[in-house]
Amino acid sequence: MTTVNDISKDTLHQGADSRNTASFVRETVRRGAVFILLAGLIIIFSLAQPAFININNLMSILQAVAVVAIIGAGVTVTLAIGGFDLSAGAVAASSVMASSYAMIVLGLNAYQTVPLVLAFGALVGLANAFLIVKLKVPDLLATLSMMFLLSGLQLIPTAGRSISVGLILPNGSTATGRYDPLFLTIGRSSLFGFIPFPVILLMIVGVILFVLTERTRLGRLLFAVGGNEVATRLAGANTAKIKTFAYVLSGTLAAFGGIIVAARVGRGDVSSGASLLMDSVAASLIGFAVLGLRRPNVLGTITGAVFVGILLNGLTMLNAPYYTQDFVKGFVLVGALALTYGVSRART
Amino acid sequence: MSATGEPEMPLLDVQDISRSFGSTRALIGASLLIEPGEIVALMGANGAGKSTLVKILSGVQAPDSGTILLKGQPFAPQSPAEAVKLGIVTVHQSTDVVGIPGLTVADALLLHHYVDGRQRFFLSAKSVRREAAHILQEAGFHLPLDRDFADLGAADRQIVAIARALADKAELLILDEPTASLSTQEAERLYGILLGLKARGIAILYISHRTADLAALADRVVILRGGRNVGSFNRPIDFSAALETMIGRPLNTARPDRRAQFGATVVNLQGVRLLAKSKPFDLTVREGEVVAITGVLGAGKSRLLSTLFGVGQFAGGKAVLEGKPYAPKSPAEAIAAGVALVAEDRHRSALMPADWPGESVAATISLPHLKRWYPSGFLFSDAEKTRAIAAISRLGIKAAGADASVWSLSGGNQQKAVIARWEVEKSRLLLLDEPFQGVDVGARQDIVTTIRSHANRATLIATSDYEEAQEVADRILLIDQHTLIELTPTAVSADHQEEFA
Repeated sequence: MTTVNDISKDTLHQGADSRNTASFVRETVRRGAVFILLAGLIIIFSLAQPAFININNLMSILQAVAVVAIIGAGVTVTLAIGGFDLSAGAVAASSVMASSYAMIVLGLNAYQTVPLVLAFGALVGLANAFLIVKLKVPDLLATLSMMFLLSGLQLIPTAGRSISVGLILPNGSTATGRYDPLFLTIGRSSLFGFIPFPVILLMIVGVILFVLTERTRLGRLLFAVGGNEVATRLAGANTAKIKTFAYVLSGTLAAFGGIIVAARVGRGDVSSGASLLMDSVAASLIGFAVLGLRRPNVLGTITGAVFVGILLNGLTMLNAPYYTQDFVKGFVLVGALALTYGVSRART
Repeated sequence: MSATGEPEMPLLDVQDISRSFGSTRALIGASLLIEPGEIVALMGANGAGKSTLVKILSGVQAPDSGTILLKGQPFAPQSPAEAVKLGIVTVHQSTDVVGIPGLTVADALLLHHYVDGRQRFFLSAKSVRREAAHILQEAGFHLPLDRDFADLGAADRQIVAIARALADKAELLILDEPTASLSTQEAERLYGILLGLKARGIAILYISHRTADLAALADRVVILRGGRNVGSFNRPIDFSAALETMIGRPLNTARPDRRAQFGATVVNLQGVRLLAKSKPFDLTVREGEVVAITGVLGAGKSRLLSTLFGVGQFAGGKAVLEGKPYAPKSPAEAIAAGVALVAEDRHRSALMPADWPGESVAATISLPHLKRWYPSGFLFSDAEKTRAIAAISRLGIKAAGADASVWSLSGGNQQKAVIARWEVEKSRLLLLDEPFQGVDVGARQDIVTTIRSHANRATLIATSDYEEAQEVADRILLIDQHTLIELTPTAVSADHQEEFA
C-alpha cells in the first residue's frame, strides 16, 4: 500500500500550502473522510454483531463486491477520458449469458469460453468507441443505446429463457453441453481456503489498473483526453486511439466481471446483472470522494465498492430488510458527492 | 475636470480597502476616486490586485476593511445583482457568456429581463424585438437584432453587453480588458462608443494593458502593484513612466537587436492558398529568424499557423520543410517533422483543468514529450521534474516548484510554462499564436527573450498587436483576407522582396 501513502502525501502537501490550520483540518477530513467512515462502520458493526468481524464474513463481503469493483474500474477509465460507459452492466449481464451459451449450447471448454467472452466485451467496447469517436454520438447516448441493444440481444439465442444444463433450444432440441468444472473454479475456489478467487482477481485487476491510470504514460494521456481533449491532440496524441482504448478496456473488464458471475452461479440467468450497472457506476462516483481527489480514480472506485459492500453486509447482519439496500446505496452516493464537492467549495 | 460637472461629489470613492485570501494580501489599503463622466484606467501586472478590486466593486467579494462610497452613500453590495441595481455594471472579458448561441441578438439584449422578471412571462417575437430595439436606441448603437448571437463578432458581443449595462441604468461601467480579442478597427469602434458614454456622464473603470486603449480613452491611469496604489498619472499620460511604475523596474525599451544573417531555409511556402478563394502567397522562414505575422482578427493568422501544424490543409500550393514536401495530416505528424505550435488561448489549447492529473507545471511541460522522456511507459522516474526545474529557472517562471499546479501561477507565468512545453525539446519550426495574450509587461519581456534566444530554429509568430510584433520579430508581415500582402522592411535585405508574388 505504499503507493496509497504516496498519493495522500502529495495531496496533503498541496493542502498544507493552503494557508491556515482550519482549512488544513477541513482538507484532511475531506481527504480521509471515506476511510474514517469505513473504520467507524467496521467498529460499530463489530460491536453490534461480533460475527461481522469474522474473517470469513469479511472475505464474503469482498467476494460480493469483487465483480462490481472490477466493472467499476473499467467505468472509471471511461470517466477518466471524459466519457461514460453506461453499457458496462449490460455487457456483464450478456457475458453471463454468453459464457453459459458457449459451454452449454456450443459445448466449449473453459479455455475457449473465457477468451471468447472477453473478446465479446472488447468488441462491444469497440462498437461503443466507433459510435463515439467516429460517428461523434455523445457518449451517454451511445452507451445507453448499446445497453438497450445488449439487454435485448442476450435474450434472442435462447428465446428469452435462462440457460442451464438441459436447456431446450428454440428449435426444440436439448442442449447437451455443461459447465466446465475448471470454469466454475474461477468463481467458486479460494486460496488457502479463505481468500475467494474473485477477490484475488479483483486485487490483480485493481493493481494493474491503478498503476496503469496513475503511474504510466498511457494513464496520463487518458486523463489528459478527459481534462482537455483539444490540448491533448495539439500535443500530438492520437485522442481517437486513446478513447477507443478506454471503451475497449471497459468492455473487456465488464465481460470479465460477467465471467466471474457466471462461474459463481453456474447458470445463465436472464436477470443476472440487473443491478451491476448502477452499483459499479455508484462505486466510481463514490470513488471521487476517496482522498478528496474529486476525479475518477481506480483506488477510489474499489474503496467505494468495498464501502457499500461493508455497509450492506453490516446492515443485513443487523436485520435491516433487504428492500432498504438500494436506498442505502443511493444515500451513500449522495453523501459522498455532497462531501466531495460541498466541503471543497470553501477552498476557493 | 469631469465632462458633465458636479465636481463636489465623486461618483465612487474607494477608501483604504484591504482584502486577504489566507496569507496572500491581495489589496492593502487601496483607494480609488472616480468622477461622473470620467474614464479611469486601472493598470497592474498580474497579481497586482486589479481583479480583486473589480470583484469587490461588482459585488462578488467583500473587502476585509475600508469604506466604499457611491455618490456619498456607503456601498456594500452582497451580490453582483445588487451592485447592478446600485448602478455599477461590470462587462467581463469573455463575451461569449453574454448571449446564447441559437438565440437572437434581441434575446441576448433582454436576457437580464428574462431572468429578473421585468419581462412578461409570455413572449412574442414582436414584443422581444420591440424592447430590444428600444434598448439599442437608448444606447445609440446599431446591431442586427434578428441575427443569431453566435454569428456576432467579439466587438458586437461587447456592444451587446454594454447596451445591456446601459439598460440597467449603469452609472459606472467596469470593462475588463475589453479590447483583448478585438482587432484594431473593432477597438476603434469601441473607443467611439465609450467616449460617447463618457459625454453622457457615465463613468468608466477600464482595465487594460494596451497603451493604444489608454492613450485613446483614459483621463487618468491608476496603478496598482502588490495590492497597493503605487501611482496615478493624469492626461497626457507618460506611458513609459506608467509601465515602469507598474512593473516596479525600468522598462528595457531597447528593442532586441534584429539579426540580418540567417541560416538555411527551414520552411518555404509556394503559392499557398489558405481558403479556396483567397489569393496565393509565398513565405520563407530561415533558421534563427523570428517572423511575426500581424493582422486583424479573422485575417487568417491562426489558420496559417494551425494548417502548418497539421490541423486542416492548405487549399492550394505546396509547403516545403527542410527541403522535403510537407503536408502534415495531424499535429502528431507535424511534431514528428519538427514543428511545434504554442496555440492561441492557453486555457483551451494547452492546460489541464485544476485538480486533474497533469495540471502541475512539470506535467504541463511534459505532455507532448512523454514518449521520449518515459520510453518504458511507466512514470516512475523524475524525468519531467528535472526538465521542468530547468525550464522554470531558464524562463524565469514564478512557481512554487515543478509540482505546483499551473493554476497557482499568474497568467504570464502560465504562458511561460506553455512556451516551455515546446521550447524544451528541439524543433525546427516553432509557431506561436498570440503568445502575449493575457501576459503582463514583465513576463512579456521574458517571453520575448526566450523566443529570441534560439538561433537553431525558425520561429513564426501570429499577433494582432503590431507593437508586440515589433518587439519580438526580425521581420514583420501583414496578413489580410487570408493572404500575406505587405512587408514592413525592418531588416531589409534584397532577397526578402522575392517572397511576394
